[in-house]
Amino acid sequence: MFVRGLKRKCFDGEEDIEGTLAGIKAIPSYNLQRQSLLDMSLVKLQLCHMLVEPNLCRSVLIANTVRQIQEEMTQDGTWQMINTQSTGQASLDRLVSTDILCRSSREQAEGKHVSGYSTFNKDFDGSQAQDSSETMSTASSLQAPRHLQNNAWEMENPQENKGNFQKSLDQIFETLENKSPNSVEDLFSEVDNSYYDFDTMLTGMMSNTKMGHCDGLETFSSPTTTASNSNCKSDLNELDHIVEILVES
Amino acid sequence: SLTGFGNLMQDVLWCFSQVKGTIDIGVTEADIISTVEFNHTGELLATGDKGGRVVIFQREQESKHQPHRRGEYNVYSTFQSHEPEFDYLKSLEIEEKINKIRWLPQQNAAYFLLSTNDKTVKLWKVSERDKRPEGYNLKDEDGRLRDPSMITMLRVPVLRPMDLMVEATPRRVFANAHTYHINSISVNSDYETYMSADDLRINLWNFEITNQSFNIVDIKPANMEELTEVITAAEFHPHHCNTFVYSSSKGTIRLCDMRTAALCDRHAKFFEEPEDPSNRSFFSEIISSISDVKFSHSGRYIMTRDYLTVKVWDLNMENRPIETYQVHDYLRSKLCSLYENDCIFDKFECVWNGSDSVIMTGSYNNFFRMFDRNTKRDVTLEASRENSKPRAILKPRKVCVGGKRRKDEISVDSLDFSKKILHTAWHPSENIIAVAATNNLYIFQDKVN
Repeated sequence: MFVRGLKRKCFDGEEDIEGTLAGIKAIPSYNLQRQSLLDMSLVKLQLCHMLVEPNLCRSVLIANTVRQIQEEMTQDGTWQMINTQSTGQASLDRLVSTDILCRSSREQAEGKHVSGYSTFNKDFDGSQAQDSSETMSTASSLQAPRHLQNNAWEMENPQENKGNFQKSLDQIFETLENKSPNSVEDLFSEVDNSYYDFDTMLTGMMSNTKMGHCDGLETFSSPTTTASNSNCKSDLNELDHIVEILVES
Repeated sequence: SLTGFGNLMQDVLWCFSQVKGTIDIGVTEADIISTVEFNHTGELLATGDKGGRVVIFQREQESKHQPHRRGEYNVYSTFQSHEPEFDYLKSLEIEEKINKIRWLPQQNAAYFLLSTNDKTVKLWKVSERDKRPEGYNLKDEDGRLRDPSMITMLRVPVLRPMDLMVEATPRRVFANAHTYHINSISVNSDYETYMSADDLRINLWNFEITNQSFNIVDIKPANMEELTEVITAAEFHPHHCNTFVYSSSKGTIRLCDMRTAALCDRHAKFFEEPEDPSNRSFFSEIISSISDVKFSHSGRYIMTRDYLTVKVWDLNMENRPIETYQVHDYLRSKLCSLYENDCIFDKFECVWNGSDSVIMTGSYNNFFRMFDRNTKRDVTLEASRENSKPRAILKPRKVCVGGKRRKDEISVDSLDFSKKILHTAWHPSENIIAVAATNNLYIFQDKVN
């Protein structure tokens, strides 16, 4: 019951765009997944410039994935859709946990994902009623949207965004080609610095909110395999560190 | 012969033989093994690590007095092959990690191997010294020069026995030929040339010439923005010195004939399996990327490894593989998580046994898999310290996919993705395998009756 009420609230703004309720259930989840994958991929591409020398094979595969998503989004017109949503809502949409992203489409069709999505409810003030175990995730969720709004990485104009993506990809390969002592600075000279600081946070965000989600989801849905990431022990130390930063800030 | 699964079509029982490396919980990154390779007789086993070192093990002579020891491998030589470098032009470090080791066939008393990091290939000579000259005229026993005017007699130096010393010397350094990271080296069957492959180019070298190499494949686009595919592995045909294959990040294999053109940009054969539309996802291309390609010993087949499968191809059939083996299909529903933690980019290798009847490849949780091409049976084994009692038979492992987990099974979510078996090697004629598990090298043998 609690879940349903929140669900309707969340999707209110999208009803006129999506049409039927069934449409609301099915389409946003795939779009959500796809958008998150796109965001994750872009973070990966940027992060790889911090390494010694980027693994070209990995960069190419990630870049191809980004292109694929872009093409599909252009074809089904969702590229335009992002622009029509409010800035705040768009930010929230994109801050999807890995858990939702990696859930099977069958589970999403059954509407289980929605309970997770509900913790990203716009009304954070009303989140006090939720489990205290979710406090960390919601508190940190609060940090990110504010940060995003101040952020030049915000996607305002689809055409420009498309150009930005292409520019990012091009820059990456040009940089690999013409590596010079100043090239790393060149790459980032056109990217807002706050984004660069944010990307580590975003990676941390995804893992962090995933942990929060696991707690929330246990209340609402049947057990799913949500702990698949926890096996990568090397991520956990980084995660702890990032959580520390977020909670302290 | 002891190859394959035996004449009686019974399953081979694999036993623990040895493990090399420390048990320390904190593994220094430099100790992580990055390549494993038997030489052509199986007498020597070489490993390379992230710290740029090469360790060669030699099989001891089998003794009638200790038949159960079955020839253990002991350290024969250790040397620093590559050092970290700094590319001042690009302001980048060049890792000393040994990407590949390939042996040359033995032609005299010395052993030769090629080792490579991301940028430089080196030819190493490993030789034994068990005698040394004594009785020089111009220097004394300590090596100090003697005053020639003080010499009143001449003597002939004699060779006296000494403790066996194994020394490794770099005989050739093949540098400055690769802009991108070298992923493969392969010795040609003519034993005069070899190739080195990086992400975009393949070069042909003559062992005697270090200041020149021929570029035989170049897939670098004029405009780097158009780059969508890279070379992932390459190998020469075991018998035809004009033929080689290379694999790509798009899951294709190209076979090239060097007789047709100096630059082999046009392939003679193109191997690609049509995509299964029902399995299509945003990760399809990534998991189709081939991480390793190996010719069978016969030269009739090639084996490729992509993220979830091993495939065997007949050289005469380009449109699909003749065999496909699922390594860990239970990961298919976890691809997104594996993409996030970068495991999806792990490059697993694959190997043939001596008779080409069994193939082996690694997985996660220190599991490795073997597939018998004749019986179509497969087994999952684990390289772990728990199974390290001498001659202990390895118990087959099983991953439970869903539903009820049986007692001995492990569930997918409990797998340790930091324990990956990327590098394995199979003795050229016997059932002896070497499995690299992070910083440990496990050697397993089949059970002796």
